[in-house]
Amino acid sequence: MGMGATTKITPRWEHFSHESDIGIRGLAGTLEEAFVQAALGLTAVITGVADVSPRERIGIECAGDDSEILLLDWINALIYEMATRKMLFSRFSVTFTGDGLQGEAWGEPIDAAKHHPAVEIKGATFTELKVCRDKQGTWVAQCVVDV
Amino acid sequence: MDIARFTRPSASEWQIPATGRMRVPAILYGDEDLIRGLDDKVAEQAMNVATLPGIVKASYAMPDAHWGYGFPIGGVAAFDEAEGGVISAGGVGFDISCGVRALYTGLKTHDLEGRREALATALYHAIPAGLGSTGHIHLNARQMDEMLAGGAQWAVAQGYGNEADLERVEERGRMPGADPAKVSQHARKRQQDEMGTLGSGNHYLEVQRVAEIFDEDIAHRYGIQEDDVLISIHCGSRGLGHQIGMEFLKRMVLAAPGFGIELPDRELACAPIRSDLGRDYLGAMRAAINCALANRQIITHLARQAAQEVIPGITLPLFYDVSHNTCKEETHIVDGRERRLFVHRKGATRALGPGHEALPAAFREVGQPVLVGGSMGTSSHILAGTRESAHHAFSSACHGAGRAMSRSAAKKRWRGRDIVEELGRRGIVIRGHSLRGIAEEAPLAYKDVDQVVDSTDHAGLARKVARLEPLICIKG
Repeated sequence: MGMGATTKITPRWEHFSHESDIGIRGLAGTLEEAFVQAALGLTAVITGVADVSPRERIGIECAGDDSEILLLDWINALIYEMATRKMLFSRFSVTFTGDGLQGEAWGEPIDAAKHHPAVEIKGATFTELKVCRDKQGTWVAQCVVDV
Repeated sequence: MDIARFTRPSASEWQIPATGRMRVPAILYGDEDLIRGLDDKVAEQAMNVATLPGIVKASYAMPDAHWGYGFPIGGVAAFDEAEGGVISAGGVGFDISCGVRALYTGLKTHDLEGRREALATALYHAIPAGLGSTGHIHLNARQMDEMLAGGAQWAVAQGYGNEADLERVEERGRMPGADPAKVSQHARKRQQDEMGTLGSGNHYLEVQRVAEIFDEDIAHRYGIQEDDVLISIHCGSRGLGHQIGMEFLKRMVLAAPGFGIELPDRELACAPIRSDLGRDYLGAMRAAINCALANRQIITHLARQAAQEVIPGITLPLFYDVSHNTCKEETHIVDGRERRLFVHRKGATRALGPGHEALPAAFREVGQPVLVGGSMGTSSHILAGTRESAHHAFSSACHGAGRAMSRSAAKKRWRGRDIVEELGRRGIVIRGHSLRGIAEEAPLAYKDVDQVVDSTDHAGLARKVARLEPLICIKG
């Protein structure tokens, strides 16, 4: 029944409160999609996701088998790519390989006039870092990011 | 927070005795109103810090403390390496050596009449800020190593500023013991285009006027009079510091079980100072301090160039530069005995008292200037280190206002454009790269900085000297 029930879960992201910073949370029927949604939540801290055109693709790989550490690495890799390529991303894909994660991010160069970026993200933190499946079968992938 | 849980050695000191796994007490500083308003999480985090190996005297929280990562922001804790003491990446924070420097202008407020908009525009164009901004300086691998080892001294040698500036920076502008070899390629890459950039979030450059003097004598020694115009710069070690903080936080979390350190919270991750990981972090963190000092020095140079376009002949000498996310090896007297300690200040400013040998000659008799930034559109303060501060939290004081409201809540409540207009009606010129960012930095999203510095003064952590009001604010 698992598969049938989980596919009905609408993938989404949300922000949650932290006194000085902000939490990002991805929710979905699969772990992969929860990671994708968390990444969309990350972009939404900076700008409107719909304002970013997915024009260029970059690949991201993270090694390891601990899903929480993988989430931390995935988010930190995206922060690193945004910072060094001066890009924002609005489309993602994630595949787990057994010994890590293979991801893709599509986006475009930051354009202050188009994106009005609110804030630069310094890094993902262990605060509220959680990857789990709730009773309804929804995968949750979340952490607080330092801004 | 329920104040019944505290003992109260003095009116401004709130103590939680060592219980359970705490090795030392936790002590919070602040007036009663402030302590009542604190989130319980701050006390919990201060108590968690008190469990770490080798901690000395107490785990402290400054009056501007708020919920941080492992350590509270506004947390101070010292460790003795000979007693198994630890160093913590979370205890320093991601924005290593974030700090404030203030420049004299030699101007009075009326000197800016008719030139305020032009000055704001010149500063805004001269200093790259905001997400995706790129500095004008690009360092190759050798230059990066030199910058990481040399800090503001390196920057001055490159022509950014002058020798006299260095006298007015902690550690004379160069943190000794930096080990650039411990700074990863990723951290270097993140910094490659970011030298001389301001960043975003709560970072700013402000032109301010001295609105009020509380201590005439110290203000005189600091070279400050009522209605003087100053320029303040708040920023840190940029992408390099963020990357180092993040990488070592993870390494320390993964290594903690191997060191036999039980962590009540993963973010308290730390390593013995006497371990390879501890030493590696110390070397990389000190290099990041140098990066922050170099960065503020370069921004100073850019601000000077910009100001000269509008006000020919203006020189903007450096008043002082403080850092507030650091771990420094210092000598302190504990129970009558001199000890070398590694003092973590996470969102706290060093506040050396009168007579301290590390102070420049001009300030030695009156104590270290403590520069406390407000939020956008609100007051900033200058305080002075006191002799008694050495008996409190290892000569430490507050660093800023501290957020009172989350970013998402602020963004829902205010519009950036309304804030710019409201501040404009009060005569404050805002130049920001993002209206969305301005909404998140709304003045009321922060605690009342005046209350924070009053508490700091009452507690004897530092003495109030002057209050500054913004005239121009440049935001990332």
